[in-house]
Amino acid sequence: MIPEIGQFALVLAALLMVVQGTLPLVGASKGISAWMTLSRRTAQGAFFFLALALGCLIYSFIVNDFSVLNVANNSNTKLPVIYRIAASWGSHEGSILMWVFMLGLWSCAVSIFSKHLPEEMTARVLGVMGLVTTGLLFFLLLTSNPFDRIFPVPLEGRDLNPLLQDIGMILHPPMLYMGYVGFSVAFAFAIAALLGGRLDATWARWSRPWTTLAWCFLTVGILIGSWWAYYELGWGGWWFWDPVENASLMPWLVGTALIHSLAVTEKRGTFKVWTVLLAICTFSLSLLGTFLVRSGVLTSVHAFATDPQRGMFILTFLALVIGGSLALFAFRAPKVGTAGTFKIISRESALLANNVLLTVACGTVLLGTLYPLFLDALKLGKISVGPPYFEAVFVPLMAPLVFLMGVGAVARWKESTLPDLWARLRWAAVITLVAAVALPFILGRTSPTSVALLALGFAMAFWIVTASLAGFFDRVKHVEGGFREKLARQPRSFWGMFAAHIGVAVFIIGVTVVKGFEAERDVRMMPGDTVSVGGYTFRFESIEDRSGPNYHATRGTFELSKDGKAIRKLYPEKRVYFAHGMPMTEAAIDSGFFGDRYVSLGEPINDGKQSWSARVYHKPFVTWIWYGSLLMTLGGLLAISDRRYRVSARRETAKPSLSPLEPAKLEKA
Amino acid sequence: MSAEQGTQGAAEAPSGGIKSRHKRFLWIIFGLAFFAAIVALVLNAFGSSITYFYSPTQVMNNEVPQGRAFRVGGMVEGGSVVRAGDGLTVHFKVTDTAETVAVVYTGILPDLFAEEKGVVAQGRLDDHGVFQATQVLAKHDENYVAPEVQAALDEAHKTRAAQTLAQ
Repeated sequence: MIPEIGQFALVLAALLMVVQGTLPLVGASKGISAWMTLSRRTAQGAFFFLALALGCLIYSFIVNDFSVLNVANNSNTKLPVIYRIAASWGSHEGSILMWVFMLGLWSCAVSIFSKHLPEEMTARVLGVMGLVTTGLLFFLLLTSNPFDRIFPVPLEGRDLNPLLQDIGMILHPPMLYMGYVGFSVAFAFAIAALLGGRLDATWARWSRPWTTLAWCFLTVGILIGSWWAYYELGWGGWWFWDPVENASLMPWLVGTALIHSLAVTEKRGTFKVWTVLLAICTFSLSLLGTFLVRSGVLTSVHAFATDPQRGMFILTFLALVIGGSLALFAFRAPKVGTAGTFKIISRESALLANNVLLTVACGTVLLGTLYPLFLDALKLGKISVGPPYFEAVFVPLMAPLVFLMGVGAVARWKESTLPDLWARLRWAAVITLVAAVALPFILGRTSPTSVALLALGFAMAFWIVTASLAGFFDRVKHVEGGFREKLARQPRSFWGMFAAHIGVAVFIIGVTVVKGFEAERDVRMMPGDTVSVGGYTFRFESIEDRSGPNYHATRGTFELSKDGKAIRKLYPEKRVYFAHGMPMTEAAIDSGFFGDRYVSLGEPINDGKQSWSARVYHKPFVTWIWYGSLLMTLGGLLAISDRRYRVSARRETAKPSLSPLEPAKLEKA
Repeated sequence: MSAEQGTQGAAEAPSGGIKSRHKRFLWIIFGLAFFAAIVALVLNAFGSSITYFYSPTQVMNNEVPQGRAFRVGGMVEGGSVVRAGDGLTVHFKVTDTAETVAVVYTGILPDLFAEEKGVVAQGRLDDHGVFQATQVLAKHDENYVAPEVQAALDEAHKTRAAQTLAQ
């Protein structure tokens, strides 16, 4: 009964979405007010039904209703309840339902927080989102119904893939999807602007908080995914340039370009066309990511059984969305035109250059990810493009990007001069240079390549920090009052930028140090043996058997010590899950502010002495990679909470057509 | 190089005269130079980091590149896994049911590495025709077979069927 309610709710949501994707759009173009106002109701109604459907699926998982195929394939009576809930989005069908649910959530949020927008704009935005949701709902209902029944009913389910039985499974997909799907709002705003011909600073101000919020979710989603792979897969790496990871990185890169481009559009009224194009690209890449990951064309943990029908459906949908929006863009964008001028040396230029670099970086990742697929499709051989390609391309693109991040922080809008920039940045440049040259030697590196890589990494990180500080002091110089007052006077959006940029620096330090100083050893150990790595000693004490709820484990006990002083015990495990008979390595990690000590068990060695192969790592500063990403997210959240979004929201309710900041007009006047 | 590229936006500013045309020409040159640099970067990186995949049959037919790393994939032959005394070096055979390739790997194998299961190894052939693997990949799910491994098995199956018919 419950699954049928869920199914019915999905059908109702689909019908509401068909209405939302048509009437409000027609209403907006013909000026029929009643049809426009409809959009809010349908968005909220559809969200209710989508939540109901997701609730029904989760319920089916919790009560082990194996008559539902999806539950029988992905759950098990012995699976702990929390993972049964997570299993709801562990399968292909469930994950698409989650995707659509998130779309409903964003639409509903737009319908609630858009009271200050002109009715026409809201109708168009929700209409476009309605069209996207309709497509995905039909995909769900026609090719991947999560509520399909199975007969005869199996007594026991097949269990969730052991790799997915982890806290990461509870957090990573929802966060990532919130990010992917959130860009649909930016996309819808862009399409609405093209349809309505209204593309100005006010438009940018409306879509900015939504875009930044989606970006924050995506950042956290990728961060959790990376952290999960790091501790769960037992390989000690935090990024593998796996096609699936690339699929999430691409919308992030273009999304980052988008939030910066939106900033220029809001503040200066320029880059409009570029911003719209970026918004279209970001969401298209999110869809492409979903297609790549879910269609089974890629070999990875995320791929499910391949079904050509599904692949064709998503591919067609992708072609419609991308082709349709780009055609609209080509048709309408020239009419919107450009406004506002700026000189070669200006903040606009720095931001534009960074936009280009981010987009090019995304292009190279796209190339490396899709090239093997093309070759294979054309029967030209099977290849894989490994991390060396991405590293060789990415680093040369990121270095100028980081340099311009520093310049952009102090450059003036419209026009700056080189002597002026030099005056503001000379201390930052000196400190950066000294740190980059001295640090690798202080840390005891002498080989030319390792010194060069470390120097580059430190230079980038120090440059961001010092230039950001220079930008900060530059800002507060003219503010009256004490230091505290100066700090308090800065708007939240400034602190957001500051935090996010420092986050990038922290991230770079993490990557640089872990690349330069990580140590790894694969060893054979028997109880009593010790192994040293990076100044730490791991002593293998004992090994014993242990039972978990749905697995059997062999647990090793290791004592971690430094300079003869014991720090703590570590308990890595080797598990075998009952349902699949699938072995799993659970690494044990001693995590600290300045890095991790990591041990994972390999395999037992049959020599009668309880020997095991084991892998130990010392990963200095690896934690800074996550800290940096968290800081970037925090920066995004600070920027959204800026006062002017709330204030302007109120002001615009009173006078909807007036845009408070339109430089193009000001200049002409 | 990129700084110049970024300033293209400035060139869009409409203004007349020979000077501006000259300037625009300069920007186009800069843009092309930037583009060329990116293409060179990508091609260079591609050249040194693409790894080709071969089936054991192709390896035995000497179709593989000499002195270059590549990937070989198929099933781990039953009973072929032998561990050396140090406990870390493993010898096994990869088969596509038609031919087999001997593989040596030192280190910890992935969890799902098992006999009669799919595997992909990356490395190079030594002088004795033994594949020295630097990396061994196994699938993430026990029902999932990597597409390239499946293709290699299918190909070998087809060839064998054709041979049987010919006899």
